[in-house]
Amino acid sequence: MAHLPLDGGTARPRRRLARTGWRWLGLLPFLAFAALFLILPIGYLVRGAFQTPDGRWSLETMAQLFSPEIRASYWLSIRLSLVSAGMGALAGLVLGWALILGGLPGWVRRGFMTFSGVASNFAGVPLAFAFIATLGRLGLATLVLRDVFGLNIYAAGFSLFSFWGLALTYLYFQLPLMVLMLTPALEGMRPEWREAAESLGASPRQYLGRVALPLLAPSVLGCFLLLFANAFGTLATIYALTSANFGVVPIVLFQQIRGNVLYNPNLGYALAVGMIVIMAASNTVYFLLRRRAERWRS
Amino acid sequence: MRRVPVLSWLAALLAAAYFLVPLYATFKFSLQMKRGELSFESYRSVLSSDLFLQVLGFSAMASLAAIVLGILLVVPTAYWVRLKLPGLRPLTEFLSLMPLIIPPVVLVFGYVRIYGTGSVLPLTMTEAGTNLLLVIGYTVLSLPYMYRAVDNGMAAIDIATLTEAAESLGASRLRTVATVIFPNIRSAIVSGAFLTFSISLGEFVVTSLLSRPGFGPYMVQIGQDYAYQPAAIAIMAFAFTWICMVLMELFATARPGQGPFRRRKGKKG
Repeated sequence: MAHLPLDGGTARPRRRLARTGWRWLGLLPFLAFAALFLILPIGYLVRGAFQTPDGRWSLETMAQLFSPEIRASYWLSIRLSLVSAGMGALAGLVLGWALILGGLPGWVRRGFMTFSGVASNFAGVPLAFAFIATLGRLGLATLVLRDVFGLNIYAAGFSLFSFWGLALTYLYFQLPLMVLMLTPALEGMRPEWREAAESLGASPRQYLGRVALPLLAPSVLGCFLLLFANAFGTLATIYALTSANFGVVPIVLFQQIRGNVLYNPNLGYALAVGMIVIMAASNTVYFLLRRRAERWRS
Repeated sequence: MRRVPVLSWLAALLAAAYFLVPLYATFKFSLQMKRGELSFESYRSVLSSDLFLQVLGFSAMASLAAIVLGILLVVPTAYWVRLKLPGLRPLTEFLSLMPLIIPPVVLVFGYVRIYGTGSVLPLTMTEAGTNLLLVIGYTVLSLPYMYRAVDNGMAAIDIATLTEAAESLGASRLRTVATVIFPNIRSAIVSGAFLTFSISLGEFVVTSLLSRPGFGPYMVQIGQDYAYQPAAIAIMAFAFTWICMVLMELFATARPGQGPFRRRKGKKG
């Protein structure tokens, strides 16, 4: 009740409505901007996705998403996003736990937090360059592994420009992002819970398996979904790494906009709508899970 | 109280190795341009290139413009919603978060269709129009962060009281926002600005698809043409991101008129 004493009463709903009726004009610039540069472009793509090239309403275009090539592209994107999000979530949970609940000194924790803030924003083209210099064919780590440890990773089938190389690169921003996002949940784990479990005779493993992890599960799952969406939309890193030769959905769409590689502009719209659906779904579930997770904190 | 947390240390060391090895490798790689010796030749080569300065200047201008546009959009909106329309908060919050759901490639696809040749508002027909669209694109991409930063800043001050005080002294609404609210959330705005800057400066997708001579597409080109310069660019980009984040953090935690280290969000639970 810090503000708005007038709006508090429910006795005069009609008057309140009338007031709101004029007040929303203050939001007009923002709403107009959002309409022009967020809603309208997306609406245009959605409409196009449900039309044929000659302007007929139809589900044909959307159905083409299930053609073998497009489906393969989506499947590749989904797998890469799942794997990189899974790696990020797991590693982030372990690292976050170690930093916040694991009894490490404060400077270690602060150092990682600062670094995470930077690394989670260090994506795109420079990240690709860093990994090429590290794990590329002539990367420093590649050469050290080969010359010092006798392990030729490229001969062993690894390539930075393949699925696992990309997943490892994505981890560089996924892991810190996970740590940052999970920190509030980890900080919300009250010592009392652990003490209560221990005083009831629970072993550390029982505490972890029956109390801590179930409590953290919604947060972890939610963050996982956000990492998934984060990876799914990633384009610049993969473009710089593979010169657009890795057919994930964003790359296909990028090429489609550059020049009509799909021979059907509406298929591009369908591709875009498919991406929005996947992104929206994972974000919505994340939001629901976060609300659930917040029940334990407050 | 407890024994040395071996597992925690192990996790921290592994993570530190994963984080630091690429940085070290990239740095070392960037020094190897001259055969047989370590030198900063690759940095010199990048920094002395006219094209580099040109694209960097272009991207910096576009990013600054995006920051200004973002501030003009977000500050009055967040203020108005908090003060007068708390009921519409979910709407503005949802809209400001939408860019997180819409991948940049999809967004710019919509732009080139709606504002492309033969549309009602053919922005991409002219150079200035395309630049405007680029700035708008950057603004949209950074909207979630800018909105969050500004809104957090407003949560930390008592907007209602400040507004009442300003109004009782006869200030107009515009003047209240410009001379009372704005200075009080200046550090929050600056914090959002640094994040926007770090997002926009090397942005690739929107810049490339609008065919603008920005830093992102330039980097990709360098990556295809050279071996050592990309590593130098990566190191500089990392340093740049670091500086932006430090400054952002610095401004995000400094709140005028508040206790020095109040970092909890101002929500009543």
